[in-house]
Amino acid sequence: MLLNQFLLLGAFLFATGVYGVMARRNSVLVLMSVELMLAAVNINLVAFAAYQNNVAGQVFALFVLTIAAAEVGVGLAIVLLIYRNLRSSDLDDVDVLKG
Amino acid sequence: MFFLDHAWLVPLIPAVSFVAILFFGKRLPRNGAELGVVSVGASFVLSCGALIGWVQRVNDAKPAGSALGGMVHAFGQSVGRLGAEGHVAAVSPVVHHLTWWRSGGIEFGAGTQIDGLAVMMMFVVTLISFLVHVYSTEYMHGDRRFTYFFAALSLFTASMLLLVVADNTLQLLVGWELVGLCSFMLIGHWWEEKPNSDAALKAFLTTRTGDVGLTIGVIMTFFLVQRATGSGSFNILAVNSAALSGHVGHSFVFWCALALFIGIIGKSGQFPLHTWLPDAMAGPTPVSALIHAATMVVAGVYLGARLFPVFWTGFNIHDGGVNPMALIGGITIIIGAALAFVQDDIKKVLAYSTISQLGYMVMGLGVGAWTAAVFHLFTHAFFKANLFLGAGSVSHSGAHHSFDMKKDMGGLRKYMPITFATFLIGSLALAGIFPLAGFWSKDEILVTANAANYKFFFYVGLVGAFMTAAYMTRCIYLTFFGEYRGGHAHAAPELDGTAHGAVEDVADAHLAEVAEAAHGHHDEPHESNGLITVPLIVLTVFSVLAGFINAAPFHIEKFRDWFEPRVAFPVSTIVHPAFSWPKAIISVAIALAGFAVAYAYYWLGLGPQRLAERNPLARAGKMFLVKKYYLDDLYEKVIVAGIKGPIANAVYWVNQHIIDNVLNYTGRGAKALGEMTYEYIDQGVIDGAVNGLAAGTGEAGGAARQLQTGRLQFYALLLVLAVGLFSLALWIAS
Repeated sequence: MLLNQFLLLGAFLFATGVYGVMARRNSVLVLMSVELMLAAVNINLVAFAAYQNNVAGQVFALFVLTIAAAEVGVGLAIVLLIYRNLRSSDLDDVDVLKG
Repeated sequence: MFFLDHAWLVPLIPAVSFVAILFFGKRLPRNGAELGVVSVGASFVLSCGALIGWVQRVNDAKPAGSALGGMVHAFGQSVGRLGAEGHVAAVSPVVHHLTWWRSGGIEFGAGTQIDGLAVMMMFVVTLISFLVHVYSTEYMHGDRRFTYFFAALSLFTASMLLLVVADNTLQLLVGWELVGLCSFMLIGHWWEEKPNSDAALKAFLTTRTGDVGLTIGVIMTFFLVQRATGSGSFNILAVNSAALSGHVGHSFVFWCALALFIGIIGKSGQFPLHTWLPDAMAGPTPVSALIHAATMVVAGVYLGARLFPVFWTGFNIHDGGVNPMALIGGITIIIGAALAFVQDDIKKVLAYSTISQLGYMVMGLGVGAWTAAVFHLFTHAFFKANLFLGAGSVSHSGAHHSFDMKKDMGGLRKYMPITFATFLIGSLALAGIFPLAGFWSKDEILVTANAANYKFFFYVGLVGAFMTAAYMTRCIYLTFFGEYRGGHAHAAPELDGTAHGAVEDVADAHLAEVAEAAHGHHDEPHESNGLITVPLIVLTVFSVLAGFINAAPFHIEKFRDWFEPRVAFPVSTIVHPAFSWPKAIISVAIALAGFAVAYAYYWLGLGPQRLAERNPLARAGKMFLVKKYYLDDLYEKVIVAGIKGPIANAVYWVNQHIIDNVLNYTGRGAKALGEMTYEYIDQGVIDGAVNGLAAGTGEAGGAARQLQTGRLQFYALLLVLAVGLFSLALWIAS
């Protein structure tokens, strides 16, 4: 069965994404890491759909792709505005919510 | 019938006018006087409507009474005669009642009970009040509290009318007390002078003494109804029926009657509580006229007439002999008339005359002469109002606002012909000269007293008639005849005396002229203007003609037919003696003798002149009269001082030592308790809890604050750790 390999790939991609989100300073790279995590989820969805002969999982994957595209659009716009305001895209500089 | 059903409007209109004058009077062009005159005029019109409506009601009821009525009527005899034989149908009063609240089966409310007595009183009260209002617009012109005066006058009228239309004793009591209050306000109208406010207080407190009796009487009559029918009531008809029913023990009815009678003594100036009435002359003259003719003092007689069955049963009036009511009335006739001889103040002569005439009314009720007593109230209202307003006219235009007959009057008949003529006719009516109003009513009282086995009171009445004629002759002699003594005009006690009095003391003709012009007066006495003389003339016409409404020898007995109650009233047992020419001639002859003796004494100088200066016994007698039988001294020095002295001191001691100590210690204890509460409970427990909660919240916030780094990736780490923890937990749990 090929499922294990797909799941392992998904887990690897997800872990890479988590690491990127937490470790990278550049906000564009953080955004890209989020995309990696979404891709990992998509792989899982498609893999399970194929495994169970259920097309619903693939439909969900399409929805995730669409929403991810929208999310990247919004996210990049935010990053752009942050850069415009702070002259930096470093996430460590964005700490105005500090209590 | 509209006017009978809507009699509640009659007292309401002046009551509304009272409020309106109080609030808007000063902004009106005539300072509120027009409101008073118009409202009382409207009430008068409504009262006339009610009177006509009632007469129609009585006339309509007659044919149903008996076939005999129509038959005898066809023979040309007056229908009125039939009243005596009891063939007249019962004409029930028009009663409307509004319940205010019920409590324990007792109903409290207001209502109107319109019958002959009520419509008669409404007519008299509104007519006299209307004339007094018109008169006052001139008499009180320029007064410092002109608006207030008219407001009080309106309330006075409204209160009396409220009393008159009452269908229950509680409402009657309310009207009664309001009348007392208004008389207090008006007698003390010029309260800046001490004697005036003293007189007002005296009037109020003396009548209050009687009111205690009335209040007890009202409560007792409630239980009188309860004893007779099983459930108590304040309704006047119910009280009267209960008194006549015979189901209640006689002694209880007697005590009811006595308690109510004490109220009458206080209000109607009967001996021994008459002393306030002469002092009440401190008020403005129109008020005196109103008090003596239509409102205040006749309220007592009205009460006696209203609840007559209670007295009838309680005092055994039909038995003849002596009862408290007749006795007090008789005493009052004589003592009032005697005091009138030694007064120098024209108004006080009239005041004692009123006391004496009220004695006639009360004595009339006491001997069972209901119709005659009420008739005397009716006629007396006209000639007494006439005399008072006449005295006011004399003072206003002829005597520089003084009322002293010996100092400031005399010879005024030449200057004031209209006032003189009206005053003379009023005096003749008062003395009971044929055929003026007083003759018919006084004669009827005397004849009834004689016929009902009250011979003694018949003679008392005759003596009173003699004295009345004599003191009125003295009064007219001093006021209108002889030389004018008012040349040395002096300070006016009644008017805003500063400019008036001060200037006249200065013998500067020019200054005096200016001041007089400002007041619209002249030094010479002169006739009063139309606003004063027209009411006098109207009242004189009534003084002459009012008696003919019940003139027995001409077979006119409308007063009895129209106004005598037929429901809850001892109709069958009450005495209606026939007119007697010999007795009428005797009473007129005695009155003429009174005139003659007084004429001889004052005009011709016959008899023992200045006896009081020569004979110690006569001097003592005169002193006794001048001192008003020492009753004032008794009340003030013995009773009031007795209460003021030891009792007041004892009360003061109790107040200082016992009540104050209790209060002080209670106060101190409460203060200590309060301090303790503040220190421990309030500051310690409650404030501690509140403050602790706030501090705890602050600390917790400070700690939680540390978590909020503002760094996005730190939050993400926490998120991942949390998910990891939950996953671990799920894995372990599964």
